[in-house]
Amino acid sequence: MPRLSGPIPFRARGFAPRDVPAAGVATLVALLALWQLAASLGWISTIFLSTPAGIAGAIRDLALSGELWMHLGASLQRLAIGWLAGTVAGLVVGFAIGLFTLARSPGMAVVSAFFPIPKIALVPLFIIWFGIGEGSKIATLAFGVFFPTVINTMAGVDGVPRGLIRMGQSFGLPWRSIVRKIVLPGALPAILSGFRITTSIAIVLLVAAEMIGAEKGIGAFVLSAGNLYDVDNLMAGIVVLSAIGLAASWLIGRIERALLGWR
Amino acid sequence: MTASSIRLEARGIRHAYRGLSVLEGIDLSVPPGEVLVLVGPSGCGKSTLLGILGGMLAPDGGSVRLDGEVAPDCLNPLTYVFQDFALLPWRTVAGNISLALEDTALPPAARRARVAEMLELTGLSRFADAWPKQLSGGMRQRVGIARALAVRPAVLLMDEPLSALDAQTRGLLQDELAAIIARSGVTVAYVTHNLAEAALLGQQIVVLSRRPGRVREILRIDRPIAGRTATDPDLLAVETRLWDLIRADAAEADRELERA
Ligand SMILES: Nc1ncnc2c1ncn2[C@@H]1O[C@H](COP(=O)(O)OP(=O)(O)OP(=O)(O)O)[C@@H](O)[C@H]1O
Ligand SMILES: [Mg+2]
Repeated sequence: MPRLSGPIPFRARGFAPRDVPAAGVATLVALLALWQLAASLGWISTIFLSTPAGIAGAIRDLALSGELWMHLGASLQRLAIGWLAGTVAGLVVGFAIGLFTLARSPGMAVVSAFFPIPKIALVPLFIIWFGIGEGSKIATLAFGVFFPTVINTMAGVDGVPRGLIRMGQSFGLPWRSIVRKIVLPGALPAILSGFRITTSIAIVLLVAAEMIGAEKGIGAFVLSAGNLYDVDNLMAGIVVLSAIGLAASWLIGRIERALLGWR
Repeated sequence: MTASSIRLEARGIRHAYRGLSVLEGIDLSVPPGEVLVLVGPSGCGKSTLLGILGGMLAPDGGSVRLDGEVAPDCLNPLTYVFQDFALLPWRTVAGNISLALEDTALPPAARRARVAEMLELTGLSRFADAWPKQLSGGMRQRVGIARALAVRPAVLLMDEPLSALDAQTRGLLQDELAAIIARSGVTVAYVTHNLAEAALLGQQIVVLSRRPGRVREILRIDRPIAGRTATDPDLLAVETRLWDLIRADAAEADRELERA
């Protein structure tokens, strides 16, 4: 019979990747440096790809000339109005579907029918309906934000533990208090994580809408820079758009931390 | 302040879930200030019956009546303590206790005083601002009990309030619960599958049969809950008797669950 004697070997090694934030930053810095170096050594043509220094310079020039603020202002305004309109409408409909039998099946039917439409394809239609100006752009954003908001809100309301609602009823809380103190906070995590999705949808639709018939806006700026083969400005515009996305997600993160501290 | 004194009476309660008969012909009467304990094999309909007693579930047949006086400071006559605590995770301990006081005529100062009193009573004062997730199971159920007592209930309905807790915590809370119930004079309906707990807390112990649940036997322990100890010979005798009554049914209920 085989004999077993000696110290026990440690067998639970690995499968536990750790986060090293500094390594992440270092990687990005190294990539930027490599990119800059490759361009200055002539390995990549600056006609097709700008350089980090070129992009930074373009952003600085745009900021100093005021052009950046004009485009950014126009874009942020559309983003804010369109996103807010779609979000408010989506929250109202989402809660209605989550709370009332009367709204549930009709609402779900409409949402399921319209949700799969690629919203960008609606831009030309909205231009016919609302004109080439702000109306069609804001409608596109609002429409694109509305449906995911409805779905997330509805799922959030449905996900509130039934037992908590029953508890509220058993203590005789009035309907509005059950909605305000139990359903709303219970659905909030799902609603806020929906905001992350809808802000990025809104930015995509913003750019698309601005590329069709707009003079102002980062999307229009990127398009016209592309037409001029002005890669520095083109990529500067892309960086600004990414910064908008980052800022939105940072803001939502702050809101989450403020409102969901109990988790 | 006078205490509530309410009799809770159920007549001919019958209930089925989509054709599955769960309760048949249940008659119960809990005199004011008495503790009725419901025991029976798992799945016999205890939770269903408790839901019906508190108006949270409409029975297919029969009726439940209240009779008596409700104290002026009572804000919710029929009040539950839940097995899974049912605390709002987004409210602090104090916030959970004050929940049921907020939509009442109670002025804010009186509300705060009641919350403080309940925190004190359940030994939670130091945890007033803690989130539920930061508490142990026993602490959480203290919050559930404090929340229930804060409305000065006339009838307390408790569905296995201690069964999610470990044995030691459970023992401690059993004694505290017994003291609180004895002091407040509230009428109680209490579900448990722990027979020692039934003997310790019950004045009337209703044994339900296996599903469909019927009243199989009612045991009485005619002495106050205050002063009882788990090792009292009369209580041990009741526990043995309960076990004899349930043993066969419990085994059969288990086999049924396995088959299902
Ligand atoms: N909402 C429901 N829909 C369908 N069947 C249900 C429902 N609630 C309970 N039942 C069934 O009814 C029977 C009685 O359930 P109930 O929860 O009242 O029993 P119980 O005595 O409290 O059981 P336990 O000891 O497990 O807590 C069980 O067989 C259960 O599966
Ligand atoms: Mg049960």
